[in-house]
Amino acid sequence: MNIKWFKYAAPSTFYPLAGRMIPWLWVSAVLFIGIGLYWGFFRTPSILTDQKEYYRIIFPHVAAAWMSMWLYIVLVGWALVGLIFQTRISFMMAEAVAPTGAIMTFIALVTGAFWGKTSWGTWWDWDPRMTSELILLFVYIGYMALQSAIDDRRRADRAAAVLALVGAVTVPIIFWSVNCPDPNQCTALHQQSGMGKVDRNIVIAMLVTSLGFWLYSFAIIFQRVRNIILERERNTRWVMALPEVRGGK
Amino acid sequence: MTVQEFFHAGGYGFYLWSAFGITALVMIAEIVIVRSQRKTVLQRLKRLARMENS
Repeated sequence: MNIKWFKYAAPSTFYPLAGRMIPWLWVSAVLFIGIGLYWGFFRTPSILTDQKEYYRIIFPHVAAAWMSMWLYIVLVGWALVGLIFQTRISFMMAEAVAPTGAIMTFIALVTGAFWGKTSWGTWWDWDPRMTSELILLFVYIGYMALQSAIDDRRRADRAAAVLALVGAVTVPIIFWSVNCPDPNQCTALHQQSGMGKVDRNIVIAMLVTSLGFWLYSFAIIFQRVRNIILERERNTRWVMALPEVRGGK
Repeated sequence: MTVQEFFHAGGYGFYLWSAFGITALVMIAEIVIVRSQRKTVLQRLKRLARMENS
């Protein structure tokens, strides 16, 4: 395969490429979230085992929770690439992923609280999964705080990347906090994430909504990384030659 | 199912729609913030470009 990866790794080529993809990403995100929620509200039974209508919180809840973990893996991936290859674009990607990851974590926690209040009678419990998800939120916030606290860009990038690597221990903890190998050791309040016994239509709605959240994340992260590229590359000739910089008003 | 029944959600409307509402609100806020960041950075770049030309 002779794909010129390093060509697309240059901010000057990635910027217009991302710009062309963004409208399509938004269209497909809206489409998938729309279809997913339509399916979730109109094609599903109104109860899920012992849970009544409120179980439909599952759609944004599971989608956001999956994205919160997935985006952290993406963040760590870009941080690693940046540390090893010193490519500019990878640190910009890492910086662009973090706020969306934090927002997804926040959504997972808040929707979980509303669900918990109805099904367990409490907004919050220091259960392993909830606690580890809350720690993930703090790790995201810590990453962003460190990134913006250091003035020297290169040092900020590398310090934040190292923090991201250290924080990566939270992701397997979140995952195994309810899916532990020995069920007797699972004392969590949070349900296990098995989909085998769940109604087929609920699973379909959940997967389609999650795909929509994934497309949303792609779209918003590409928009943010374009802002970051403009900000960081403002001293280059290609940025100054952009039509949106030179153009009229 | 009527519209009222739909929003009533078997008496759990408050919890269900609060969860959905906050999710939508946070995502829309993120979009608005990123768009305004683009406006700000472009304004700065245009000023820089004008200074270079003059």
